[in-house]
Amino acid sequence: MNYAFDYGWLLVYWPVLVKGIAITLELTLVGGALGVALGIACAWARALGPGWLRPFVAAYVELIRNTPFLIQLFFIFFGLPALGVRMGELEAANLAMVINLGAYGCEIIRAGIQATPNGQFEAGASLGMSRLQTFWHVVLIPALQRIWPALSSQIVIVMLGSAAVSQIAAEDLTFAANFIQSRTFRAFESYFVATLIYLVLAIALRQALRGLGWTLFPKRTAR
Amino acid sequence: MNEFTTWDILRNLLLAARWTVLLSLVSFIGGGLVGAALLFARIGKGRIGPTFVKAYVELFQGTPLLMQLFLAFFGLGLFGVDVPAWLAAGVALILWSAAFLTEIWRGCVESIARGQWEASSSLGMGYLQQMRHVILPQALRIAVPPTVGFSVQVVKGTALTSIIGFVELSKAGTIVTNATFEPFTVYGLVALIYFCLCWPLSRSSQILERKLNVAHRNH
Repeated sequence: MNYAFDYGWLLVYWPVLVKGIAITLELTLVGGALGVALGIACAWARALGPGWLRPFVAAYVELIRNTPFLIQLFFIFFGLPALGVRMGELEAANLAMVINLGAYGCEIIRAGIQATPNGQFEAGASLGMSRLQTFWHVVLIPALQRIWPALSSQIVIVMLGSAAVSQIAAEDLTFAANFIQSRTFRAFESYFVATLIYLVLAIALRQALRGLGWTLFPKRTAR
Repeated sequence: MNEFTTWDILRNLLLAARWTVLLSLVSFIGGGLVGAALLFARIGKGRIGPTFVKAYVELFQGTPLLMQLFLAFFGLGLFGVDVPAWLAAGVALILWSAAFLTEIWRGCVESIARGQWEASSSLGMGYLQQMRHVILPQALRIAVPPTVGFSVQVVKGTALTSIIGFVELSKAGTIVTNATFEPFTVYGLVALIYFCLCWPLSRSSQILERKLNVAHRNH
């Protein structure tokens, strides 16, 4: 192998990378927050919601969990305009991430909800709490606390999966790497740098979510 | 201008789906072999083995599969050989699957109570004998449901290989879309085919988990 590695382009193209990182983070933040919210709603519907709603949520979860993210993305971005639903690449990327995380989050959060002992519901009711209050204070918060590590890993997985959104021309970190390699012909080096950045982002995100867990659930998190 | 029937579309997609299946099998089996080797290094004694495997797993679980595919594609090219997409796809997916499988299996081995190790070592068994007669037979039972579950991730992971130009189901979807201008139908069918591949695996993983129910029976 006689190939001279060259990272000189970093001096010129670092702003492109920074912009890509910003968009990847923005997608992760929006996708993560709304995805968890959707996951909570679906978990409620599946575990405690009205009977007619459950099969629909179950179908949604199974459909999303058994198809690749890339195809979900293509379907939303290329397929939906046939039905008159048009959106920009960032909106499509965000929507795909929310729908994807919503399905995985639903299953994770549902596991947490179903681990709640029945007596807790009765205890909530006996304190005069409404069903919604009981769900929020007695069921959901401890459930989230229980499954927070699993949910955090899923959010990191969604962040890493977001590399695929470059394929619908959303200008994330992978798109930046593609752009740079098309300009500099330093394909290996650009993807190598991008990969290292993803690694740092994944580690940082994991730590941030752990910190968020401590802040959100201060009392019982002894770890 | 040709007219394409839905059957034309579906037939072409199904032909391409064979490559998705083949790549999934190769990645899963290859990943299993590499993963097993890594597992032995990870849980063995010594310092270098476990540290190396930890770093390996962190690297592959902390970076996007798409980046790994790109690096395999362009990295192998650095050696001056012309890298076909299937080779880069296979190498990347095998190494990626290995990282996940070794981590899943480590959890299974570590869930075996410590006393089992001590008991077998007090019977004078060596490391390999302990693994062969005591640990693995128990760990394998626990490992089956999550391993089957991971195979779904492998099938879905192969979709990304379309981006480096391997013509499987997803790439075929893009090609057929460009010919027919019917993205809704085509990607809908592509999703349906993936679903038909993945759902039986997901279901059997769930059923196996319930049936073996080993997680709560072990101690």
